[in-house]
Amino acid sequence: SGVIYPRFVWNVSSLAGFRLLEETGSDCFKIIAMQFPGRRKKLIGSSQNDLYDHCLQFYGQPPLENISLTEFETFAVERLKLLKTVENLGVSYVKNSDPYTKKMEAEFSSLNFPLKTELDDRKIQGGTSEYDKRRKDHISHFILRLAYCQTEDLRRWFIQQEMDLFRFRFGYLPPRHKTDFLHKNNLKYETVSAEEKKSLKDKLIASSYGLSGITLEEYDFYKVPFQDALDLVRTRKVYLLAGNAYIPHHEIITIVLNDFRTRLSKALAVTARSLPAVQSDERLQPLLSHLSHAYVGQDYSIQKNIGKISLEQIDPLSGKSFPLCMRHLHKALRENHHLRHGGRMQYGLFLKGIGLTLEQALQFWRSEFVKGKVDADKFDKAYAYSVRHMFGKEGKRTDYTPYSCMKVILSNPPSQGDYHGCPFRHSDPELLKQKLQNYKVSPSGINQ
Amino acid sequence: MPTSDYDPACLPDLLPLYYRRLFPFSQYYRWLSYGGVSKNYFQNREFSFTLKDDIYVRYQSFTTQNELEKEMQKMVPYKIDIGAVYSHRPSQHNAVKSGTFQALEKELVFDIDMTDYDDVRRCCSAADICSKCWTLMTIAIRILDRALREDFGFHHLLWVYSGRRGVHCWVCDEAARKLSVAARSAVAEYLSLVKGGEETVRKVVLSDPIHPFINHSLSVVERYFRQYAIVDQDILGSKESVDKVLAVLTVHIKKELMVNYQDEKNPMKRWDRLCALVEHKKSGSKKGGQYFDKEIMLQYCYPRLDVNVSKGVNHLLKSPFSVHPKTGRISVPIDLKELNTFDPFEVPTISLICEELERPRADEAEEDDMKDKENEQEAGERRRIRDFKRTSLAKYVKVFDRFLEAMARSRKGEMLKNSDLQKDF
Repeated sequence: SGVIYPRFVWNVSSLAGFRLLEETGSDCFKIIAMQFPGRRKKLIGSSQNDLYDHCLQFYGQPPLENISLTEFETFAVERLKLLKTVENLGVSYVKNSDPYTKKMEAEFSSLNFPLKTELDDRKIQGGTSEYDKRRKDHISHFILRLAYCQTEDLRRWFIQQEMDLFRFRFGYLPPRHKTDFLHKNNLKYETVSAEEKKSLKDKLIASSYGLSGITLEEYDFYKVPFQDALDLVRTRKVYLLAGNAYIPHHEIITIVLNDFRTRLSKALAVTARSLPAVQSDERLQPLLSHLSHAYVGQDYSIQKNIGKISLEQIDPLSGKSFPLCMRHLHKALRENHHLRHGGRMQYGLFLKGIGLTLEQALQFWRSEFVKGKVDADKFDKAYAYSVRHMFGKEGKRTDYTPYSCMKVILSNPPSQGDYHGCPFRHSDPELLKQKLQNYKVSPSGINQ
Repeated sequence: MPTSDYDPACLPDLLPLYYRRLFPFSQYYRWLSYGGVSKNYFQNREFSFTLKDDIYVRYQSFTTQNELEKEMQKMVPYKIDIGAVYSHRPSQHNAVKSGTFQALEKELVFDIDMTDYDDVRRCCSAADICSKCWTLMTIAIRILDRALREDFGFHHLLWVYSGRRGVHCWVCDEAARKLSVAARSAVAEYLSLVKGGEETVRKVVLSDPIHPFINHSLSVVERYFRQYAIVDQDILGSKESVDKVLAVLTVHIKKELMVNYQDEKNPMKRWDRLCALVEHKKSGSKKGGQYFDKEIMLQYCYPRLDVNVSKGVNHLLKSPFSVHPKTGRISVPIDLKELNTFDPFEVPTISLICEELERPRADEAEEDDMKDKENEQEAGERRRIRDFKRTSLAKYVKVFDRFLEAMARSRKGEMLKNSDLQKDF
């Protein structure tokens, strides 16, 4: 934004949210953590070296230092970029596959986030040291908490991406470092010794899927108090002995992630309660607001375009300006004079988003359905309700927002007879190619 | 042993006597105080009483053993239930700010009720039990006791006869008392194998790999199955019963067996035939159904527990040593060492033990081996201790004592361990 902010002091003294104190000096604000009754935890490892001695962390302790507003902003924006990459890669590639891993590594490298297990790298040729990367990881996480704690949607998105990020980083660790990490964070997951594994061999094989005698020797098993593995206990997917669940390596991540999610969820709730104070700082407010909108882009929930489109415009616009999925749906509707529920929802909400009014929508759907097998009466009885529902005029009267790309890609995959979904995700690549050629997309575009 | 005939109409006269001279208050208080390790543990415990004319009162709590005795002698409850340990004294729960009064801890409990097996027992139904179907309780206790100890690592289990048609298990370990709702429900589900109601024909479905817990349970069931199911329950005797058993099988196994059963009438041989056929088909079958014989055994014998009873931290369950108003039997602890000879019809009724009180004493032994240092011995109490000793209740109180001793030893062991750790600098 070009404005130079004076340095401000961010001083945190316990595990909690943030509270703004009165102005103390010329242009400084002091932000001091709120104490929560009865939950003061002792700060562990106050020396700087201890703090970042592992490349991965649970973000239990807020940062304890001063940072400049520039760093505040840069760190936050870069972490956001990282999280968006995590989201995109998770959609485009199978998690933990080679391309996924390579691309993640590249992003970590270009954005300077920590991945290496050793702390001192000797070749610091003007690049960022591992220590600094870890510090950035730490601080940026906490800043984004401020931006993403406010609504259920934001929280959900943030937790999901942070979990995927954590899953990637934990999986990336060599085995010994995994165990170190668990121990350092007081997770009582001890590895099962080779002798014990051997003595329990048949039992372990009989209680976990996909294990053979051979893989048993290769796999690490962890002993976890059964209370920490309830999902596995409930479904009897794990061996229990003397109150401990014996968990194969690939399942331990599930447990660690559950733990991570629970902690983060609680922390966000706490942060949200103390947010009003932070938001009243005029310097932080615009930045935090910008950060939280970045993930969703434009806010289509507010109807800015009502009445700006006429029914006659839909056909030409579908060829010119509609995204491929909507063009596809429109075409199917015109040809079949019908769309199933998934298609009606996806396309109907889109039409609302581009400006169709309820009256126009009713007219549009009805005229099309009537050309098919549905007579006017049936339309009014069965389908009209659903259109009104989309506009928030029926049922619990939620004014539904059009689906984002993420939602279209990830939820409700189409089956036989459906036309909804994302062609780039759900269509056969050859068919997609042909279609794009028909639509006169350039060869280089198609390759992309 | 002759059991005095019990008549529910006598309860109003028998109960006061029971609570004055027979109910083991000292042991009861010792149990629920758990060594006094947690402050106010006994004081914050909820009891509920069912009084005469079915008046039900909740949120009863008491500050001392003495108060408990006095109140029970005054109110003369027909039924006593034990609930959770709350954040505040239950009797004062209305004075507490709403939302802050919460159930904190309770024993992990299980309730096995014979009526849940009505679809698979032919000898009795509903509230009736007999020595034939009591085997089901024996099987249930063996399976659950093993699993709770070996799989879950619990040590202090109190099994109690409910007084009519089932058994209860109270898991009293500290870890058990602190379990969350989710954890209790997970334990109960781990222990559940028989699923489905009226509509479900095949209530047990097994597939590879078979979990060690299921194998352990099967080996218990197998020990009892032939005598219990084939002989006592005669499940392969009548046509109706055979149909039911075979209903879970695939069509062609069933057909083959029906043909065979036309000639073969001996139930044991019929069962052998069934097992052989399933075994034979096993090597050929691609889908599940390789374990039909095991599934049948489990469906007829495996414990059926009510998850809802075990799930809730605040769930109230009948107290040990309370009287069952319909049968008059005392809810007594079961000695697992004598499980094979436990006979619910030998359990003393309140009429019997009250009558035994009146009998002249056979010997005037003065030994007082209830040197319980934690409680002050008053003359009245000493007398009461000797009182139940000359009734049939005595041996059951002894079982309870041994249970309490084991917990006390365990607590002592914990304390020593902790103090040892502290001595290390």
